[in-house]
Amino acid sequence: MSKNTEIIDKAIGQEYEYGFTTDIEQETIAPGLNEDVIKLISSKKNEPQWLLDWRLKAYDQWLKMDEPDWSKLNFSNIDFQSISYYAALKPKEKLSSLDEVDPELLDTYNKLGIPLEEQKMLANVAVDAVFDSVSVTTTFKEELQKHGVIFCSFSEAVKNHPKIIKKYLGSVVPATDNYFAALNSAVFSDGSFVYIPKNVRCPMELSTYFRINAANTGQFERTLIVAEEGSHVSYLEGCTAPMRDENQLHAAVVELVAHKDSEIKYSTVQNWYPGDPKTGKGGIYNFVTKRGTCLGDNSKISWTQVETGSALTWKYPSCILKGDNSVGEFYSVALSNNFQQADTGTKMIHIGKNTKSTIISKGISAGKGQNTYRGGVKIMKGAENARNYSQCDSILIGEECGAHTFPYIDVRNPSAQMEHEASTSRIGEDQLFYCNQRGISTEDAVSMIVNGFCKKVFNELPMEFAVEAQKLMEVSLEGSVG
Amino acid sequence: MLEIKNLHAGVDGKAILKGVELVIKPGELHAIMGRNGSGKSTLANIITGRENYEVTSGTVNFNGNNLLDMSPENRALEGIFMSFQYPVVIPGVNNTYFLRAALNSKLKHNGLKEVNAADFMRLIREKLKLVEMDEKYLIRAVNDGFSGGEKKRNEILQMLTLEPQLSILDETDSGLDIDALKIVAQGINNFRNSERSFLAITHYQRLLEHMKPDFIHVLIDGKIVKSGGMDLAHELEQKGYSWLEE
Repeated sequence: MSKNTEIIDKAIGQEYEYGFTTDIEQETIAPGLNEDVIKLISSKKNEPQWLLDWRLKAYDQWLKMDEPDWSKLNFSNIDFQSISYYAALKPKEKLSSLDEVDPELLDTYNKLGIPLEEQKMLANVAVDAVFDSVSVTTTFKEELQKHGVIFCSFSEAVKNHPKIIKKYLGSVVPATDNYFAALNSAVFSDGSFVYIPKNVRCPMELSTYFRINAANTGQFERTLIVAEEGSHVSYLEGCTAPMRDENQLHAAVVELVAHKDSEIKYSTVQNWYPGDPKTGKGGIYNFVTKRGTCLGDNSKISWTQVETGSALTWKYPSCILKGDNSVGEFYSVALSNNFQQADTGTKMIHIGKNTKSTIISKGISAGKGQNTYRGGVKIMKGAENARNYSQCDSILIGEECGAHTFPYIDVRNPSAQMEHEASTSRIGEDQLFYCNQRGISTEDAVSMIVNGFCKKVFNELPMEFAVEAQKLMEVSLEGSVG
Repeated sequence: MLEIKNLHAGVDGKAILKGVELVIKPGELHAIMGRNGSGKSTLANIITGRENYEVTSGTVNFNGNNLLDMSPENRALEGIFMSFQYPVVIPGVNNTYFLRAALNSKLKHNGLKEVNAADFMRLIREKLKLVEMDEKYLIRAVNDGFSGGEKKRNEILQMLTLEPQLSILDETDSGLDIDALKIVAQGINNFRNSERSFLAITHYQRLLEHMKPDFIHVLIDGKIVKSGGMDLAHELEQKGYSWLEE
């Protein structure tokens, strides 16, 4: 065995840092899915009739749909009847302040490095904490209200801002868009809602922290962000889950709406439990539909994702560039180590004139990991002078992993300018030896090489999170060279 | 400084070095010449500690320490540097960042204070001039998009910055045009002093003409069969290697 392999193997013992469970009284609906379950979820949330109807319609459609099988992901069938579709904290008095939040829960978030007590909070970041199916608390609410910004749980938004929800829910990702979106539409439990009024620049970063805790439970949340004319918002989501032997399903939907001259920046640091590093047992199945519409002229939507977790990732954050001069961006780092599989990428649909999109995708495969980039760029007939730049790079660490790239390009307007660059490289013994020969240790060399590779994407993350992402990358990669 | 005794080594069970004896003292420049496959690069790889080479017998000491027990990075930190024949590309890793990381790990190893970015920029700009490299190379990724000659100059730039005690120059002359060869040789010559030693591996006498080595050794089939001065290099240039083979 080579020396590098030894160093790496020592480090591979590193366990998933967030794999603990929280012992807390929860109310869970018995596993299984049928109309009654959907009605029960809806009634637990005291939803209006129109929303229940919307759910049931989605469910009805879902029953008629087939699970997609076009991805490169390899997994045994999901038994949708064995999953519980709702887990919530035992209801207490309505929470008005954090003093009433279960201390066990506060402790959980502290362990995750997301303190919810105001005095300990990350400066200038407002957090909505979603625990299994419900939002626990949202911080900095009053501060945001002063600027007219609404940032609350989805359930609260349904209650307090029904008009906006009714107008935009499903407007970007229709309930029947795809199999997992339809499932989410039928059973979604909570999530975050953001509304930025006209000409307001949101004064702080908004962030949702998703935590799956209960066993045999799926998490199905929805996020909706509406940016009115001339507004600006930067939003970040983070996710973790306990280590469990069985696979858990996460099927979320995110919808972004950007009106004229507005900008939405959406960043994700996804660190769901990836499964056992030695056996591949357990881990989150992450099937997520994320899409934004640049509705107005000169609007901009930018997706940045750092995907280091999950056993399976199936996710294609996309932009529909309707407004003239609108801009869509996708910056992605996806890492699959050990037995992880990722099939991820983006879709850029150019409809308006002078629309511009940029795709920077960095795939890292290590161990037995399989990493697929799947992207589509579509230039519609009316999209005069559309431009796209795509760059898809893959890096391989070790001998047993794989990288795959499927770029689809569909151009229906001859004035379009398309650029596509792709590369696949390997962190080889040669690179490591070169670094070693300059006095740089193998660990430092691996993290230097990978961080260099991801730099373009990390640069897009908000400052605090860029550092976190870099560290996360180091932890996720420890022990991956051999 | 470097003391190699009766070194036998190989790869995958195949014997390549068959009893190499070599002593390099401070301030000396030794050159090793030989055909392809004679074991020149193997010798360099064993001194620097590349994996997959097995030493079957013999010793390699550096300043009295057993080199074969040390990891490649520790050998580097102790003052051994190799200018690679084929320097690798490290995409996305800034050349300046890389070199500063290397220098700082060496400074740290020697119990010295690490250099900050600003001081390092001043330092590296001075060194750049010595190898007549443009500043644009500082912001590029390590060896990314460099021509063969640029890569070699970048290796010498690293040598000048890290100030090793023993520099192994593995075919540093290959891929260089006449002007670049002069610049590289000049960079090396200016770097020479009574403390620093060199082991140059080459096929040709081109680089040697510029550097005037103290000793020239001919490696044939894993053994040093003849040693001498510059006269030997001239003789090899005229007669080839066959007269030294049995």
